[in-house]
Amino acid sequence: MLRFLLTRVSLVIPTFLGIVFLAFMLIRLVPGDPIEVRVGERGIAPARHAQLLHDMGLDRPLYVQFFDYVGQVMHGDLGISLVTHNPVLSEFLTLFPATLELAFCAMLFAVVIGLPAGILAATKRGSTVDHVVMGVSLTGYSMPIFWWGLLLILTFSVDLGWTPVNGRLSADYYFDPVTGFMTIDSLLSEDDPMGAFLSSLSHLILPTIVLGTIPLAVIARMTRSSMLEVLGEDYIRTARAKGLSAFRVINIHALRNALIPVVTVIGLQVGTLMGGAILTENVFSWPGVGHWLVQSIYRRDYPALQGGILLIATIVIIVNLLVDLTYGLLNPRIRYKR
Amino acid sequence: MTDNVANIPVNLPPANTPSPAGQVISPRREIWLSMRANKGAMLGLIFICLLILCAVFADVIAPHGAIEQFRDRILQPPAWEEGGSWAFPLGTDDVGRCLLSRLIYGSRLSLTIGLIVVTLSLALGIGFGLVSGFFRGTPDIAIMRLMDIVLSMPSLLLSVVIVAILGPGLTNAMIAVAITYVPHYARLTRAAVMGELSKDYVTASRVSGAGTARLMFSVVLPNCLAPLIVQATLSFSTAILDAAALGFLGLGAQPPTPEWGTMLAGSLQFLQTAPWVVTYPGIAILVTVLAFNLMGDGLRDALDPKLKR
Repeated sequence: MLRFLLTRVSLVIPTFLGIVFLAFMLIRLVPGDPIEVRVGERGIAPARHAQLLHDMGLDRPLYVQFFDYVGQVMHGDLGISLVTHNPVLSEFLTLFPATLELAFCAMLFAVVIGLPAGILAATKRGSTVDHVVMGVSLTGYSMPIFWWGLLLILTFSVDLGWTPVNGRLSADYYFDPVTGFMTIDSLLSEDDPMGAFLSSLSHLILPTIVLGTIPLAVIARMTRSSMLEVLGEDYIRTARAKGLSAFRVINIHALRNALIPVVTVIGLQVGTLMGGAILTENVFSWPGVGHWLVQSIYRRDYPALQGGILLIATIVIIVNLLVDLTYGLLNPRIRYKR
Repeated sequence: MTDNVANIPVNLPPANTPSPAGQVISPRREIWLSMRANKGAMLGLIFICLLILCAVFADVIAPHGAIEQFRDRILQPPAWEEGGSWAFPLGTDDVGRCLLSRLIYGSRLSLTIGLIVVTLSLALGIGFGLVSGFFRGTPDIAIMRLMDIVLSMPSLLLSVVIVAILGPGLTNAMIAVAITYVPHYARLTRAAVMGELSKDYVTASRVSGAGTARLMFSVVLPNCLAPLIVQATLSFSTAILDAAALGFLGLGAQPPTPEWGTMLAGSLQFLQTAPWVVTYPGIAILVTVLAFNLMGDGLRDALDPKLKR
């Protein structure tokens, strides 16, 4: 087990260094050097330009600069935003809870609906239910989620007026952030915590559905096929022959083994969620890191973009590693495979 | 939906295989037969054919030009709604352009995007995969690590970053999306190559003096194509989706290009007053992507039941 653990962890290191390199190169690949990027269209005198390059160490060999950057990153220094002049890391950390809250709800939504739907489709294989579940999930999988978001806003916010159009909380409520998670903070607030909580929930509904749509489709499809595979195994026949109820066979015997690949797929959806968050947050003006990243591109705030992609990619790498390790834990066959 | 095609032999067997009835069916015909038995796949195929016709004959079919403006017909609703007219069946946008015509011209862009992205990523991926699978050792490790790095970034995030470096625009968006797909092809090719290399026919051609290039491209590669074809069809749909997403974020095709995602981005402010400007481009994207996914699924089952999920 230790060997398995060490191999997997050591595989992550080059990937992480690669990401750091990519982030490092980003700011050097955009037209103009970092100084020109920083001064923007104002322009700068050549002498001053050379002086600044020297001061910032940008005239040194690239590899020296790279190792310097790695050192900085290791110390948590991701640079200063060109627009707000705040450290990129602290900006990211302020916005990240909003994304995390949304991503968590979306994943919950996807699992709570996708898992039973997949099980149902597998047990009623070939029936109308199966066809409907598979058809809907393929449609969900093909969904341009930015348009899906607009459509939901049009129906539920504009036409029916059930849900708010954008943001995280109605303007009637205000409280200082404690955890950054609006649903938790609202409950901790002084006056009318219930009202604030409901307001934050109503703001969450549509973005959750939008962000959860693709993972939902993937989970439903995966659960179905994994379940079908397990249901064909001998031990299921044995369980049935013993006279166990269909419910017990499916939900206790089959589901346990069928869940292993599903858990992996759920973990791997974190990357999809991060990508989807960029679109969802832009549709709903959700103040998270996805919205912030796209804004950084519009404003040519390259340090912010650099830090942002580095952090998001790191999160995805870590989650994938954890999924990998869990998989090894759940399934000894993987652990001992060379 | 595709369970009826599970027992089809795979990987384009060299000799014709007799069917249970005793007649000889060619492998190509077999794939076609199993595709035809799959209603979803056929539906997708028919839609794609229609779309290709639309794209090719856009000049003939479209009632108006893609950027032709009718200043007195701004935000006119679709024909069946009050105030609409059949001159503009799906209505007009905020500067008086015919929505239907723009969608028809947009099909050209979407198909081109899919084609270019898939070709580009397929070429790069096959190249990397072949080198990896054939030479193993250092090149293999280097390439596969590189692919891992690309894969560790959420694909949309990576393409957003690449566009940020290269600058917004349709060409750069296509390059960006293509790069994010390369690892999938590289891994598939590598795995297939490694599977094939140990087989006798490869040893036979090697013994008879075939060079590395010949072994790579004319001996091994043709036998690795099945999973690649399936993946190519499926990424055709994601390519259209991702390019539209970039267009929606303002990082892909720029206005007035009638790209479906870009059309959506430009019409956001009319969501409440003129919902049709938002609805139809989205439906176009959804249905096209769905069609390619349906066909890809069918093709996967027909070509390689092992890949079936």
